[in-house]
Amino acid sequence: MTEILSALLGGALIGVAASGLMYYLGRIAGISGIFHGVLNPKAGDTVWRLSFILGLLAGGVALANLVPSTIGAPVVTNPATIAAAGLLVGVGTRLGNGCTSGHGVCGIARRSRRSLVATMTFVLSGVVVATLTSLLSGGV
Amino acid sequence: MLRLLGPFLAGLVFAIGLGAAGMTDPSKVIGFLNIAGDWNPALGFVMVGAIGVHALALPFILKKGSPLHGTDFLIPQRRDITPQLITGAALFGAGWGLAGYCPGPALVSTAGGSSTVLWFVASMAAGMLLHQVGQTVLADSKAHVAERKAERATAGK
Repeated sequence: MTEILSALLGGALIGVAASGLMYYLGRIAGISGIFHGVLNPKAGDTVWRLSFILGLLAGGVALANLVPSTIGAPVVTNPATIAAAGLLVGVGTRLGNGCTSGHGVCGIARRSRRSLVATMTFVLSGVVVATLTSLLSGGV
Repeated sequence: MLRLLGPFLAGLVFAIGLGAAGMTDPSKVIGFLNIAGDWNPALGFVMVGAIGVHALALPFILKKGSPLHGTDFLIPQRRDITPQLITGAALFGAGWGLAGYCPGPALVSTAGGSSTVLWFVASMAAGMLLHQVGQTVLADSKAHVAERKAERATAGK
C-alpha cells in the first residue's frame, strides 16, 4: 500500500516537473530527446538541455546521499548484457522519438494517439523480454 | 541565468519524483515488467500520478499563449503511426526489460556510483549516436541514388 502511495506521489512530482518545464520554456520533458540534444549540440538549443540534465544528476546526488535506498543496485551486471540493453534503449528511443517520459507521460497527458501506441508497444516489449529473461534464467 | 534555473529545477524535481516512485530501483522495474514472477503492480501508479497531474495542468499552461521564457510552446505535432515508431518503441522496451533502466532513471542512478549504471548510460549514448550516423548514411545514400537517377535521365535524353 505504501509502495502504491509513493508511486503515486513520485509520479505526481514527475507531472509537476513536466508541467514546470512546459510553463517555463514551452518544452516537452522527454528525457531521451533532451539527452540526445546534449550529445548533438545545436546553437541556442543546448544550454537548457544541459541545465535539465544537471538538475537530474543533482537530484540523483541528493537521493544517493539523503535516501540511499532509493537508488537500487543493478539487477543485471554482465557488461555484455548491459551494453546490449543500453544500445537497444539508445537506438530505440531515437527511432521511436521518445521514451517513458516523452511518450508515456507527456504524450499521453496531451492525448496523443502516437504516444499511446508507442507506450503500449514499449511496455509490452518490456514485459515480454523481462518475463522471458526470468523464465529462461530459471529464477522467478 | 534565470532562464536556466527553470530547467535545472524541473530536472531536480523529476529526479526526486523518479526516486520516490521507485523507478531508480531496477529490481522494482523488473518486478513490474516480469509477469511470471512475484508481479509487483505498484509502478503502474507512477504513470497514473504523472499523467494525472500533467493532464490537469496542461490546459491552464497552454491557455497563457506562450511560455514564461520563449515565444512558443513546442509541442510535437506528428500524428502518424509509422513502422519506425513501433520498431523503435519495441527495441527500447526490450532494453528496458533486459536491464530495468529507461533513460531518466539511468541518468539519475549514476549518482549511486555504480560502474554498471555508467556503462549503461555510455551504451545508451552510443546507441543514440549510432542511430544518428545511420540516419545520415541513409539520407546520403538516398540522395546519391536520386542523383544517379537524374544523371541517367539526362543521359537518356
